[in-house]
Amino acid sequence: MDDRRERRLPCLREMPNFCSSSTHPRRRAVLGAAMASSLPLPALATARPRLSIAAFPMIDEIVKAALPQWRRLHPQVDIEVVSRQYGDHHTAMTTALSTSVYLPDVMALEASYLGRFSSGGGLERLAGPPYQAETLKDGFVGYAYAAGLNAQGQPVAVPTDIGPGTLLYRLDLLEKSGLQVTDLTPSWEAYVEAGARIKAATGAYLMANAQALKDILIRTGIGPDEGLYFGRDSQVLVTSPRFVRAFTLAREVRRRKLDARVTAWSNEWAEGFRRGRLATELSGAWMVGQMANWVAPDTRGLWRAAHLPGATFVGYGGTFYAIPRRSDPARKPLAWDLIRLLALDPGLQLAAFKSQDAFPALLATHDAPFFDEPLPFLGGQRARQLWREAARRIGPVRVHKQNNFADEVVGTELDNVMDRGKDIGLALADAARLLERRARR
Amino acid sequence: MRLPKALRLSPRWAPYVLISPFLLLFAVFGVFPLLFSLYLAFQAWEPTSGLDTMQYVGLGNFVFALQDPWFWKSLENTAWLALMSGVPQHLVAIPLAAFIHASFKTLRDGVIGAYFVPYITSTVAIAILFSSLFSTDFGLINAGLKAAFGIGHVDWLGQPENVKPAIALIVFWRYVGFNVVLYLAALQTIPRDLYEAADMDGAGRYQQFWYITLPSLRPMIFFGVTLSVIGGLQLFEEPFVLTGGRGGPDQAGMTSAVYLYRMAFDFNDFGGASAMSWVLFVFVAALTWVTNRLLRPKGPDA
Repeated sequence: MDDRRERRLPCLREMPNFCSSSTHPRRRAVLGAAMASSLPLPALATARPRLSIAAFPMIDEIVKAALPQWRRLHPQVDIEVVSRQYGDHHTAMTTALSTSVYLPDVMALEASYLGRFSSGGGLERLAGPPYQAETLKDGFVGYAYAAGLNAQGQPVAVPTDIGPGTLLYRLDLLEKSGLQVTDLTPSWEAYVEAGARIKAATGAYLMANAQALKDILIRTGIGPDEGLYFGRDSQVLVTSPRFVRAFTLAREVRRRKLDARVTAWSNEWAEGFRRGRLATELSGAWMVGQMANWVAPDTRGLWRAAHLPGATFVGYGGTFYAIPRRSDPARKPLAWDLIRLLALDPGLQLAAFKSQDAFPALLATHDAPFFDEPLPFLGGQRARQLWREAARRIGPVRVHKQNNFADEVVGTELDNVMDRGKDIGLALADAARLLERRARR
Repeated sequence: MRLPKALRLSPRWAPYVLISPFLLLFAVFGVFPLLFSLYLAFQAWEPTSGLDTMQYVGLGNFVFALQDPWFWKSLENTAWLALMSGVPQHLVAIPLAAFIHASFKTLRDGVIGAYFVPYITSTVAIAILFSSLFSTDFGLINAGLKAAFGIGHVDWLGQPENVKPAIALIVFWRYVGFNVVLYLAALQTIPRDLYEAADMDGAGRYQQFWYITLPSLRPMIFFGVTLSVIGGLQLFEEPFVLTGGRGGPDQAGMTSAVYLYRMAFDFNDFGGASAMSWVLFVFVAALTWVTNRLLRPKGPDA
């Protein structure tokens, strides 16, 4: 849904040294032993295939954790994990695909970038032999599989983790306001009304920024033949009722001073959670891990999770694996084997869920006992069951190649509406005009 | 030790061989990207599909660029920032240089160094420092404003009308020292006897500054302003880092350079971005020419 996942890691992990590339540690020893045991040395060096996989923090850890299993399957093939920071990684992948130089055999792509990559022809089509990714369709959460399709409906990427949207709320603040969670969730209007009572009773803000409310509301009620901002033939949809409703409700939140007006991941934002000045958060399930690890660990036990208000189901981010079309064809079958291992092995998927909060897209993992375990940060709530249900109810959203630009334009116009009193109809018409100029570029 | 004759460079080729490292690097990192961007400006290209998917679109990208409201908005931002950060740089640097030149003897180098440090400090470090100084709730700047004028809680980086002054302040702070050094160098070339003669004629310090120093600095003002015009129109790093690479609220801090970077890397439109960069080049060239007309040293030998 957005690029928030770039901060899914504590700052420590974002230090460049932490993420530098590495080959597997025993490689040298293995090579040495091999050299000693047989004679034609140069032949050996070239015969030993080596796969490279490009990833960003957290995914690189998940891949490295899978390497022992890979070695059992393919003892003769080394894996090189090339890791870059989130933004750098996707820029590097764009450059690699555009020039076909230094292409990795497998690339990890984040959901918000995938739409751009899949709309071009740079990713290998995984339908049909030898891949037959279309047969994997029923194995994944529906919207995640759909997100890996190109404009022609062929799979070009395989999902691994997803971010089912959830409402996190401070139980203590709700109780102080004389409210229950059922006062928050029936509809978005009820959520805003409850927010007013929380503010009156405790002084806490309902949410960090009203923009987040708009982000969700424009994703609800998307017609079957519509994308988020553009229709099937690139017609601009931003003047449709779902945008009007999103803008109206967001303006309402701002007008009644129910949002703290802080930007996600800023110091003020984190401080708001630590001091209990933010009563709810709309985000992906992975946010619980972020909160517990570094955003506000001291608020442990005070939070609970619920479905988003108004039975809304949206995805917040997710990770996919893809094969570049122009990477070495000889290694593509091996690359596909690696993707299958990373995306389809229930044991590895669950391990990644446990260690990195990477909620699996693989349905075969969803019945594991781990889903029924209580979460200490949420006061022992068995929230994974909730998220499992949410994941299955998220509908697919088609991504247009101008999606990023549209995001920016619509966000800017909402600021104009909320802070400078611009008329909603005018704001959306202005946005539509800008988008129409781009739609078919 | 003498090399065998076969390995010796003939005087005819020596200059070319010696200059070739620069020429090679310049060709690879200077000429080639320049020509490639010119080529790209006439193509429509979805970069992740590979180089062979470019399509010739004639002047389409230029037409798009010139009709793009955001391009003009970014040009306005750039012009505003160039003026508001550039003009004060010189208005402050000239008197400051004259003051340092006249008043400091032993401490002179230290003082110049202090003013010059921001220029050589990494932009990222500066941006991190200033984003904490500009912080709404915890920033020193708001704390200072509150103590001095009783106004506070200015959302510097979150409100469009405040972003530009914040960026202009940083750019001013960063480059004023550089200009001071330029003007100090020029001041040292003004003959002392001019000032001695002025003293004899009873001219005060202010009159000496106005009638001797300032006219003598004219060539350096021309040079400094030209650099400021070019640098101001290409302003990228400070707004880019300070606004998290996005240009800030309502794109108020999005300069043309930031916008064309975003066109390419955020919005995947390399053709449009290249066309914009060439349009920007035309503007920079035109404004440099105007500066030249206005400030070029005139005189019998010019």
